[in-house]
Amino acid sequence: MKKDARVPHIHLNQLKKSFDHTVVLDGINLKVNQGEFIAIVGKSGCGKSTLLRLIAGLEHYNEGSISIKDKELAGLNTQARIMFQDGRLLPWKRVLENVGLGLKGDWRQTAIAALRDVGLEGRMHDWPSKLSGGQKQRVALARALVHKPEILLLDEPLGALDALTRLEMQELIECIWEKEKITTILVTHDVEEAVALADRVILIEDGKIVLSKNINLSRPRQKTQQVFVNISEEILSRIVDPNEQNLRLIIK
Amino acid sequence: MQARFKAGIRRMIPWALPVLLLVLWQLFSWNGVISDRILPAPSDVFTAAIELTSTGELTDHISISLGRATLGFLIGGLLGFFLGIMNGIFRFSDLLLDTSIQMLRNIPHLALIPLVILWFGIDETSKIFLVALGVLFPVYINTYHGIKNVEGDLIEMGKAYGLRGSKLFFSVIFPGALSSILVGIRFSLGVMWLTLIVAETISAHSGIGYMAMNAREFMQMDVIVLSILIYALFGKFSDMVAKYMEEKWLKWKT
Ligand SMILES: Nc1ncnc2c1ncn2[C@@H]1O[C@H](COP(=O)(O)OP(=O)(O)OP(=O)(O)O)[C@@H](O)[C@H]1O
Ligand SMILES: [Mg+2]
Repeated sequence: MKKDARVPHIHLNQLKKSFDHTVVLDGINLKVNQGEFIAIVGKSGCGKSTLLRLIAGLEHYNEGSISIKDKELAGLNTQARIMFQDGRLLPWKRVLENVGLGLKGDWRQTAIAALRDVGLEGRMHDWPSKLSGGQKQRVALARALVHKPEILLLDEPLGALDALTRLEMQELIECIWEKEKITTILVTHDVEEAVALADRVILIEDGKIVLSKNINLSRPRQKTQQVFVNISEEILSRIVDPNEQNLRLIIK
Repeated sequence: MQARFKAGIRRMIPWALPVLLLVLWQLFSWNGVISDRILPAPSDVFTAAIELTSTGELTDHISISLGRATLGFLIGGLLGFFLGIMNGIFRFSDLLLDTSIQMLRNIPHLALIPLVILWFGIDETSKIFLVALGVLFPVYINTYHGIKNVEGDLIEMGKAYGLRGSKLFFSVIFPGALSSILVGIRFSLGVMWLTLIVAETISAHSGIGYMAMNAREFMQMDVIVLSILIYALFGKFSDMVAKYMEEKWLKWKT
């Protein structure tokens, strides 16, 4: 099948979502290309998870439209796999069965291979409760990847991790993305993480996209690089409002 | 070696108190502190057990009681289980049935004994009916709540990962409700014995409860105590079964 390069993989058009009268997303416009890596940043409660859940088809929107390869999304987005903010492993299934969830046929081999990719092959017979926070998230990542999704939605997958494990996981995600060329949307509250991984960083504020920044740095990116630091600073200064900015200056 | 010895000790500790009690009881009976008109000595109870076993009477009564308990438990338990699952999952049947079930639940089922005797006489049906009725509600309530309380997030995750229908049920909903269901089963096993004892004592031609009632007419204190002990053992046994199921199926919790 010939893929038209101009058709975006995901197209959000004037997307609006409100929960009982509080407007969370107020006209989001976004085109994501095939194989693009997007990072979404924004303050807690600004609607990042809601946006991912809309793209996954887990939530209904009020107005606008979501199109996947020019087809309006109706119900579950079967091409997408979402990795939830809170992991959501099934505590009563062992690691391997968690990864193999929803697979058909010879699922064991496929699941083992996915676990190998995240470096947890050796823990496949353990209960999830026996894993550390980072290991759980790696299992959740393997579970999302095992379906070979065309769209990968990551909701703060590294939120609960220490700096070192975070770095490892970032490398892992980047490596998998480069290998599989999955269209990826990563939600994070860490601007550096966003700049390190994404082709484009998007900032959501008051229900709208207020910043969309292309990151044209070569990979793998050095966080100590001056350009890198500058870009991070620029985005960060857009997030924090003037009052908080003053506070930051005072602290410095 | 020492570890195994310790484990052995630990397994024996729960039985220390019952055995001690038995020994004291025997001693007090021998030296007359406990009159045999109030409580026969354990040895007498034991002799009664041997005698009744040799005539085949005891095994008959036991197997009849066990049969009633099992059949009643299966009927009531399965009914409660399926109703709980239906109402836990389908909104329509929940709306239609739950209120009625909750109303019935609040009638003490033993209060129905006179009615049940009039309906079914004092043959098997009445006992099995009462046991089933008593067992139904605890199983129903706990299954129902177990299903209702399965984390919505996990169900959503299951759906997002392509699970639907029976797959979703057996991978997410049922395992999520299982620990609550087992609590219901454990509780209903207690109800099962209680109901059976009362029903057999009041109206029966056979079974442990009948054996005790019959013994009362002939002042056979040892047989009465024997039947009480048998009930205690049965109770302990069903508790062990419940515990075994929990250990087997809720391994992930430990
Ligand atoms: N199911 C819901 N019902 C009502 N309000 C909701 C629901 N889900 C989210 N909200 C509200 O929508 C807003 C956005 O929530 P969302 O979870 O998308 O934020 P977020 O950007 O992911 O925040 P965080 O960074 O803390 O995860 C919040 O104000 C939240 O209270
Ligand atoms: Mg969130």
